[in-house]
Amino acid sequence: MKSNEELIKYFTELLPDAQIQEGKQFVEITVALDKWHETAKTLAQCDLKFDFLVNITAVDYLPKFMIVCHLTSTTTRDFIVLKTFIEDRDNPTIDSLYDIWPTAEFQEREIFDMFGIKFNNHPDLRRLFLEDDYGYPLRKDFKDEINMIELKN
Amino acid sequence: MDTKLKNYIVKENGDIILNMGPQHPSTHGVLRLEVVLKGETVKQVVPHIGYIHRGIEKMCEYDTYKQIIHLTDRMDYLSAHMNNEAVCLLVENALGIEVPERVKYIRVVLDELTRIASHQLWWSAYGMDLGALTAFFYGMRDRERILDIFEESFGSRLLHSFNTPGGLMHDVHPNFQKHTMEFVKYFRKKLPEYHQLLTDNVIFRNRTQGIGVMSKETAIAYGVTGPSGRGSGYSCDVRKIAPYGVYDQLEFEEIIYDEGDSFARYMVRMKEIEQSLNIIEQAVDKITDGPYTAKVKPIIKLPEGEYYQRVETARGELGVYVVSDGKKFPYRMHFRSPNFNNLFVLNTIAKGHLIADLVAISGSLDLVIPDIDR
Repeated sequence: MKSNEELIKYFTELLPDAQIQEGKQFVEITVALDKWHETAKTLAQCDLKFDFLVNITAVDYLPKFMIVCHLTSTTTRDFIVLKTFIEDRDNPTIDSLYDIWPTAEFQEREIFDMFGIKFNNHPDLRRLFLEDDYGYPLRKDFKDEINMIELKN
Repeated sequence: MDTKLKNYIVKENGDIILNMGPQHPSTHGVLRLEVVLKGETVKQVVPHIGYIHRGIEKMCEYDTYKQIIHLTDRMDYLSAHMNNEAVCLLVENALGIEVPERVKYIRVVLDELTRIASHQLWWSAYGMDLGALTAFFYGMRDRERILDIFEESFGSRLLHSFNTPGGLMHDVHPNFQKHTMEFVKYFRKKLPEYHQLLTDNVIFRNRTQGIGVMSKETAIAYGVTGPSGRGSGYSCDVRKIAPYGVYDQLEFEEIIYDEGDSFARYMVRMKEIEQSLNIIEQAVDKITDGPYTAKVKPIIKLPEGEYYQRVETARGELGVYVVSDGKKFPYRMHFRSPNFNNLFVLNTIAKGHLIADLVAISGSLDLVIPDIDR
């Protein structure tokens, strides 16, 4: 297992385009949207071999979305965070990572269900939990006038 | 007969589409498996989930961290204590709260008791899935003893919400250590019965050995963790690879089997029970006198930023991801639930087996549906 300084040095050489910084716990790599799939592939095939996608989820920072991945290597046990931002709120689209880590297929379906973010090249992009005509509940501007009670604080 | 009245569809090429669930007894919850069959052979399994989706992640955005503890119980109700601990550890690490030694050891004992209780319930239900009804009564009889220990200390048997950021809700019962040691002694005597009853049974072995083989590569690619991952030779015990609490000061083995079939997953859980008993024996003696909680402000506000905490529950790796904007509610909270990832490997490993074996395979993955739906 490498220290955060060593990892930063390693990734600065490996990914010249990416923005690499030390977060609160782990090294965080931020890439441009069009480099998303390419960077993920590089990370999966590099010497440290990040072959295990622990978690992929989205965060709604109005007006843009952040997609965040937690990756780990089953050989070296290094743990890193990979991020990107989607600016287009009306039609958010990003490349699917399904071909690199098959587990992404279902976690991406959950993101599509909750945020309405579409994934290119996804084999089976359907809603996972909710009905087709339900809104996207984890968006910050989601309003359910029937069931939600507004908190005033 | 009108096709709409049938509970299956026959396609033109002879394939049968059959629904298992959402009320099928072998799914242990409201999970619907759409199974495509060629005769009796499974061609494809499509899981349909969301029947008990409660929107826990959305609810978390309107709850304080202390309230969120009570929601995490309701995800994987059989590892309620570990789910609580995940959120507590995240808050404690973020604020730099030093938890008293007493609390750390009590938490470990409770973790392992919960793990044993969970594996006992799974063992009972797995026997029942495969037609061995007697196993159910043996497992439930011994699980009751653990639940009695819980009831004595927390007042509740299943969803105890006993952890709180900084320590415990209140102190454990004075008899806690004594009764825990009595249970360990009792259960060590009873465990050989489990092996006589089910492990060495010829019918049981024939129905699990070589059934639902999952390779190490498949386990890693689909994110399978916990005993299901370790049954495929993939070392994924968070207690070993990223220790939390006092797990790095305790001696225990990570159980790994290389076969990858349903029987290997079964054996991992059975051996894990023994390891858990070892851990409890070590930790119970180290519970010292002292306060049961550290001093924590009544309203917890995490500094701005992102946090991630990994914890090993009875079913695999639980991840809690929090984005905080410095207010008393989290800005976004996400749970990486182990069962969610364990479920979707089913299509890959059940392909080509008979439909009766599908019950054996999905049972060996030990799925808890509320954890999948959240």
